[in-house]
Amino acid sequence: MRPVTGFLQRWSLFFGAVVLWELAARLAEDPFFPPPTTILQTAGQLWFSGPAGHLLLTGSVFNDILPSLGRVFGGWLIAVLVGVGLGTFLGRSKTGMDYVGPLFAFMRAVPPPTLVPVFLVLFSIGTPMKLATIVFGSVWPILLNTVDGVRSVSTTQRETAESFRTPKAYWVTMVVLPAALPKIFAGLRLSLSLALILMVVSEMVGATDGIGYQLIFAQQRFDFPAMWAWIVLLGVLGYGLNALLLAVERRMLDWQPTRGAARAQTTGA
Amino acid sequence: MRPIYRNLAGLIAFLGVWEAAVRLGLINDQYVPPASVVLTRTVELLGQEDFLRDVIASMLAWAIAMLAAIGIAVPAGLLLGSLPGLRTATTAIVEFLRPIPSVALIPLAILVIGGGPESKIALAIYASVWPILYNTIYAFTEIDPLLIDTARSCGAKRGRVLASVALPHAAPFVFTGIRMSAAVALILVVSTEFIAGASTGIGRFILDATSGGGRMDLVLAGTIVAGLLGYLVNDGLERLGGRLFRWHAATTTEAV
Repeated sequence: MRPVTGFLQRWSLFFGAVVLWELAARLAEDPFFPPPTTILQTAGQLWFSGPAGHLLLTGSVFNDILPSLGRVFGGWLIAVLVGVGLGTFLGRSKTGMDYVGPLFAFMRAVPPPTLVPVFLVLFSIGTPMKLATIVFGSVWPILLNTVDGVRSVSTTQRETAESFRTPKAYWVTMVVLPAALPKIFAGLRLSLSLALILMVVSEMVGATDGIGYQLIFAQQRFDFPAMWAWIVLLGVLGYGLNALLLAVERRMLDWQPTRGAARAQTTGA
Repeated sequence: MRPIYRNLAGLIAFLGVWEAAVRLGLINDQYVPPASVVLTRTVELLGQEDFLRDVIASMLAWAIAMLAAIGIAVPAGLLLGSLPGLRTATTAIVEFLRPIPSVALIPLAILVIGGGPESKIALAIYASVWPILYNTIYAFTEIDPLLIDTARSCGAKRGRVLASVALPHAAPFVFTGIRMSAAVALILVVSTEFIAGASTGIGRFILDATSGGGRMDLVLAGTIVAGLLGYLVNDGLERLGGRLFRWHAATTTEAV
């Protein structure tokens, strides 16, 4: 019985809100706010009415959703490699952050969408421009958290490793990075949600396909159910990606004694 | 060498590499003008009344959004943090609303609210509510029961425990949330101005510079000003937090 009541506690208010929205939207008949059932129907037509050979998926799934997801993951992976690599190097160096710290703090504060025009002329319209936007916007949380994490290696750990004459490569991969992992994961989740946002932004400004393009296109031809369907899809994607990364984090950080300290905040910007 | 000199050396080296890369023709100067040109343009802009008006419009929208977000998120966080039943019931809604990228709501906001300043303020509020709400709830669930029990056994009533134990414990976490939100809200205000084409603001200025013949020097100058504002806001709040909560470690250990 316990799982059932737990499930009810967790989801009853959510479903109640959806039903309320449905009723309110049907009563108000406001064109801007279609009822959830209409949005679901539109979503079904948009994505799941394709031929059986394609598992019922429509062309939109292959031409818009998959390229967008590819950009998010591609850009994010580059940001992870650059962020963790550079962050480990800077965190281990005594003076490195003194040279670049203020510069990075400034760059993190730059609103990435305003750099889209610059990336647009540098890389022209296409995937490299979107990747550049995503990498530039999402690399900072990973980089700065990695620096922080690498510096959090305790003196005991360092002295133990030193007294065993641990080889350098072994020291970095087996001691420093695992110790930094909770902080790194906090940065990873923040930057994954940023990558999703920047994918949408870069596709809104300069693209001919992708989720962001379809979203703004649906708005421009006043197709409100379709616009809502894309918004809901982005919500589901954001939720799913975050849940996926959380599951990975739980598995990888099982051995950490103080899991509470690593809980980081993510933003929905 | 003192750290401040290293800071300066890093900045100068970055500007030098930028300048050299453009002057040597590695980057087309039509696309990215040299650092010296962009910096001169930035200084010029800061003396122009029209541009300063744009800056004030953006900062005003930011300030209103921050006040509203704090006004919504802190009481909501206190409520959800102290009532576990309500928190479980609303988790699904919060977890579904939070990851919706606020930029995805830009088209909707333009339609429903219009292209005025209300749109960017509403979107900035939406984006900045979550970090504050999260940190407030988190602070309340992580409070050491020993502290509460001690206060209780000293005869403190529920209201007294809240005022003297729970709130001081939560304050540094809430402040960290506010600091994170401040950066998010500023980025969102400028982005909305840029994407939705507001009537005034830094984002609008950059949009005009882009569409009006691709003046990349102005685009970069505007971006630098936006970045500087964000940097100053974050730095100022960090210092304020360090001063207010010197007795607490959360301000220094919290990431990002």
